[in-house]
Amino acid sequence: MIELDDIDRQILRLLCGDATTSAGEAGRQTGLSQPAAWRRIKRLTEAGILAGRRVELDAQKLGFGVTVFLGVKLATKGRVSLEDFERAVTAIPEVQTVQHVLGMYDYRLRVVARDLPDFERVLRRRIMTLPGVGDVEANVLLSEERLTGPI
Amino acid sequence: MLDDVDRRLLRNLQNDPAVPLAELAERCQVTTATAARRLDRLGAQGILKGQRAVIDWVALGYAVEVSLRFTLDKTNPRAFDEFLAEARQIPEVIEVQTFLGRVDVRLSVIARDMAHYQAIYRRKILTLPHIAELEALMHVATIKTSEALPI
Repeated sequence: MIELDDIDRQILRLLCGDATTSAGEAGRQTGLSQPAAWRRIKRLTEAGILAGRRVELDAQKLGFGVTVFLGVKLATKGRVSLEDFERAVTAIPEVQTVQHVLGMYDYRLRVVARDLPDFERVLRRRIMTLPGVGDVEANVLLSEERLTGPI
Repeated sequence: MLDDVDRRLLRNLQNDPAVPLAELAERCQVTTATAARRLDRLGAQGILKGQRAVIDWVALGYAVEVSLRFTLDKTNPRAFDEFLAEARQIPEVIEVQTFLGRVDVRLSVIARDMAHYQAIYRRKILTLPHIAELEALMHVATIKTSEALPI
């Protein structure tokens, strides 16, 4: 694992705000030359710390008015293959994230839909028909913030 | 609203955010100038909000991620505001979400190891105001995390 110094942290914060920041601009804001900033970005990328980019879209404006988080419990653990469930759930376009968790649920899903009737359709036709699905708990997302984290 | 070209651009950009403009245009079968103009317009309309770097916390030594789901004491009208304001101050909290459902608030907390998590949990989480109930889901694995919208 590589050690980060203050300039690395500053660069990470810049790129978390805007991933399209150029090495030249990152250098200007951190007091480095363009090549020096470029080398640091390359090092952070090669160390796997900068793990790619995420495009931020306004889901509401694109007609996706509802985001729901589902806690899913598998009904018959042991008899159902986790791989089968994971393969099927990953293929659903409305399912944005799938996390395998430990606790009162087995999986945590993030689902987008146009509106509540559309969500009901996804839930009934796609989620409830998944292999091995048991208890499902739904929570409708009201607000969401991503924080910088400990850098 | 959006036409097919806009949708193609956004779909391709979601799947590969770092793609150079000329290549994006080619994949969408439009000229580079058209692609640039369309992306500018999507930005001006607030549909395309930008790109953010994704940090791999595991690569930075944060091996543990826990979803903490809170039910708050809603007899206090300021419960949400006060809880959220204090939760935002914890550096290890990387996500804050509010919900309509059985869960009121969810925090994503990262830690270096279980001992570190226990310290955060005792000193910073349990001392948050207005907690009525609290349960934890430990992340085992992320199976899918595109967060792409099915445009």
